Amino acid sequence: MIAWITAVAQAVLVAAVAPLLIGFMRAVRARLEGRAGGRLVQPWRDLRKLLRKEPIIPADAGMIFTAAPLVLMATSVLVAAAAPYLSTGGPLSGVADLIVVVGLLLLGTVALALAGLDTGTAFGGMGASREMTIAALVEPTLLLAVFALSTRVGSTDLGAIVAAGAADPAAVFTPASALAAAALAIATLAEAGRLPVDNPATHLELTMVHEAMVLEYAGRDLALVEWASAMRLTILLGLLANLFIPWGVASSPHPAALAVGAAVFVVKLAVLGGLLAAGEVFVAKLRLFRVPELLAGSFVLGLLAVVASAVLA
Amino acid sequence: MGLIGKIRDAGRVAEPAPPQPEQGLPAAGLGGSVQVRHVDAGSCNGCEIEVGQAFGPTYDAERHGVRLVASPRHADVLTVTGPVTVNMAGPLRATYEAMPRPGLVVAVGDCARDCGVFAGGYGVLGPVSDVVPVDVQVPGCPPEPAAIVAALRGVSGR
Ligand code: SF4
Repeated sequence: MIAWITAVAQAVLVAAVAPLLIGFMRAVRARLEGRAGGRLVQPWRDLRKLLRKEPIIPADAGMIFTAAPLVLMATSVLVAAAAPYLSTGGPLSGVADLIVVVGLLLLGTVALALAGLDTGTAFGGMGASREMTIAALVEPTLLLAVFALSTRVGSTDLGAIVAAGAADPAAVFTPASALAAAALAIATLAEAGRLPVDNPATHLELTMVHEAMVLEYAGRDLALVEWASAMRLTILLGLLANLFIPWGVASSPHPAALAVGAAVFVVKLAVLGGLLAAGEVFVAKLRLFRVPELLAGSFVLGLLAVVASAVLA
Repeated sequence: MGLIGKIRDAGRVAEPAPPQPEQGLPAAGLGGSVQVRHVDAGSCNGCEIEVGQAFGPTYDAERHGVRLVASPRHADVLTVTGPVTVNMAGPLRATYEAMPRPGLVVAVGDCARDCGVFAGGYGVLGPVSDVVPVDVQVPGCPPEPAAIVAALRGVSGR
């Protein structure tokens, strides 16, 4: 019972914090650009307004277009509830398996790519094809990078990996984990559509990836897509934080431990989000044909991490 | 000098925000969040430079909850500049129809209001209000960025 409450609390926390994370990252960027920037709660205001507006379904779109925002949101909520963010032992601990989590994230990506195709517009199809190219290169890296950690623990269960790291912090700082962290960080950037792979603030249709697929969404549907995308960024940054900085994650279902876990989780997210936003000021978007080179590099890092953890262990 | 040094030297460029203007359209119900899609219906591009400035570091419309977006489907407000030319009347109407309701139209510049210096031109169809219903007008040739920001703040309510 208490484990189920933890899972719900985790999902609610991630859903509530995700728009604030976006607002915080925009604020950091605005400061570095010399602007005053919007408020932290601005993304929440945007969502509230969008939820009140009518959705529009384009004439050529079918069922997939209407279903995709729901699929994207459902997969995000499920991962947010299952993965080890506050506590290492959720009710879904058997489900919080690495392969399931990556599969759920991929399901959301594919749903949105199909919706982009479903609109029948040129930009939707272009965005979908780019997203699938990137996803095909990112998913193996996500898997490999975490495999490097799971060889140490002997399990692909994310909760078990985080718990082992929290119990023995010295084991986290190995050459293998450093390689895996680098690989996972690059994969996170690509999967969440951040610079240098995709520019979340672009208005130029020819350079869009994520944005091109959601051009036709309006009102409530758009709110779901934006909210779920923010949650995916939170999910990925949270995984990165908890796998490589595993302190503060509750190992017992005690309410105080969970509260500490929540506070530490938010601080970790803020630090990682701030670093990401600050880093984005210094880089430009890569040309699309250079992106596979970057992702292949991260795959190699992941492969080296697995080899290193198998040989050096 | 590296980028970090430039960021440090530039500091904060944004000017202090003027006090909140009169509530222009309280019925808009946007709750401090306005997404803007811009359409150039035939302007000389003077107005575009000022719209660009309104979203630049100095006037920073983003702090009032106003953001430019890439698609009319995402937008609450359509800003239109220039007299509507014969060729742009169709795309302007299509953009307006693609917006979810309620959608507002802000006519920016003298040309958008009454064709300005281009009145009577052979390619000019008429002011923006001849093609789509206009809710707010911003006078000036070109209008100051501060006036554009004030008009958008009147819509956003912040
Ligand atoms: S109002 Fe003035 S600046 Fe704006 S489009 Fe007309 S002529 Fe150009």
